[in-house]
Amino acid sequence: MAIYILRRMISTIAVMAMVGIFVFLLLRLAPGDPATIIAGTKGTPEMIAAIREQLGLDQPLPVQFVRWALSVLGGDFGVSMFFGRPVLELISQRLEATISLSILTMAVSVTIGVSFGILAAWRAGGLVDRILTAFATLGFSVPVFVVGFFLIYFFAIRTRWLPVQGYEPIEHGIGPWLVHLILPTVTLGIPYIAFIARVARASLLEVLLEDYMRTALAKGASSYSMLFHHALKNAGVPILTVIGISFAYLIGGVVITETVFNIPGVGRLVVDAINNRDYPIIQGVLILTSGLYVLINLAVDLSYTLVDPRIRY
Amino acid sequence: MALLTILTLAAPLYAGDPLKMYPFKRLQPPSPEMWFGSDNLGRDVFARTIFGARISLMVGLLSAASAAVIGLLIGVVAGYSRSFDNVVMRVMDGLMSIPTILLAIALISLTGPGIGILIVAIAIPETPAVARLVRSVVLGVRGRPYVEAALCGGARLPKVLWRHILPSTIPALMVQAATVCASAILTEAGLSFLGVGVPPEIPSWGNMIASSRLYLAIAPMTIFAPGACLAVTVLAVNLLGDGLRDMFDPRAKRRR
Repeated sequence: MAIYILRRMISTIAVMAMVGIFVFLLLRLAPGDPATIIAGTKGTPEMIAAIREQLGLDQPLPVQFVRWALSVLGGDFGVSMFFGRPVLELISQRLEATISLSILTMAVSVTIGVSFGILAAWRAGGLVDRILTAFATLGFSVPVFVVGFFLIYFFAIRTRWLPVQGYEPIEHGIGPWLVHLILPTVTLGIPYIAFIARVARASLLEVLLEDYMRTALAKGASSYSMLFHHALKNAGVPILTVIGISFAYLIGGVVITETVFNIPGVGRLVVDAINNRDYPIIQGVLILTSGLYVLINLAVDLSYTLVDPRIRY
Repeated sequence: MALLTILTLAAPLYAGDPLKMYPFKRLQPPSPEMWFGSDNLGRDVFARTIFGARISLMVGLLSAASAAVIGLLIGVVAGYSRSFDNVVMRVMDGLMSIPTILLAIALISLTGPGIGILIVAIAIPETPAVARLVRSVVLGVRGRPYVEAALCGGARLPKVLWRHILPSTIPALMVQAATVCASAILTEAGLSFLGVGVPPEIPSWGNMIASSRLYLAIAPMTIFAPGACLAVTVLAVNLLGDGLRDMFDPRAKRRR
């Protein structure tokens, strides 16, 4: 087990190094010399040269990369070109909205997605199954922002049940916070629910064909006990895997959902950063999200042992 | 159950329709009746929706095709050469861990919006999944007796790869390509919606929705028309993929 964890850690580090190299090159390839930008319009060639030296831009690329990587590891993601403030500070200011939306969506989607999957597998081929499968295909095909505007139109503009846009920090009270998050969560959750439901259904169906399921049926287990005690446990691994993988979908969706609902989160920060050509912010968000993705998948891999005791590393 | 089987099996038949319809409509001038109303600048939404289809489909198909071809090449070689495999698959792992939209945004931020960079930016994040799939098929096939027989018979490796290995990857590749195409169309729309995709003067579904978002309360059709087209197109491509899978994988068909 320890050796396995170690090996996984090493490959995690390798993946992060690849991401690091990519993101570093992105900043170096970006048009515009940072030193010239910092010096501003009044910068003399001497000033620019001095800033270059100060930033270490006169060093060879590999040296620059190592320096940069060390400062990133130390939590220093550089300074935003547009706001003139540290990237990490800007990101953490906006983290609350993004984390609220992501966690709420994940919790809702996993619950609903797995339940839909179970329902569909329980009566495979029946009416419920067909409706749910159709929903899953549809949910996978409708773009997040179209769903978002549809919901805004009917539930906020037409009926005025829910606020159109915006975000309320949780410190202003759970009620307003939740009310503002309902539509974004549903919007972001639909493709996610569809994806999880599809995988849950497929892996449950696979398990239901196993011999031990027939044994359980033969010894008189109820269909409830069959689904929840025998099947779900064995179908757990693919479901967990898919939750880990679809985290990347979630992040992509968060960027768009925050734009649709005007939520001041990390996604908005990135979109604004493109328009301002603020590369340090793009860089910082890329590294943090892919780091999170890799860590979540590591956690998912390790949790297999909890779900399925047969898996030993 | 039978209905579902027929629906998915027949998918290639009816899913082809929305794709074929557009080039025909494209030549017509914008209709004076304005079927879907007009947008904030008085432009005919119906015509723009039809024109938008050209961009969305072109970007979707081209990026899916490039991702499929590059992924196929990388996958086949990676499945055969250990050292190449180790290096390239790590790069692919790295690319895969960056969320698609963010990776595309980062690439586009280098040059500014444009259709060429858009296709590249959508194709790159999709490539690793294709490469991975092709590689796994190649790994499964390379030990088969007919491949070994071909090699023993004196066929050169590139020829074996081309004649004996490549064809076996095609079914899986085609199914994957349909999935990639669907997600490429979605990514294009998403990026255009965020204002970093197709340049704003060209009508694309994402652009139309982005420019009409302030008028949602007054003219919902300006958003719902392109939105519905987008959804129907992606749905059709997804169903095509499902249909292809059922065609190539008799095991899945029997289970239904």
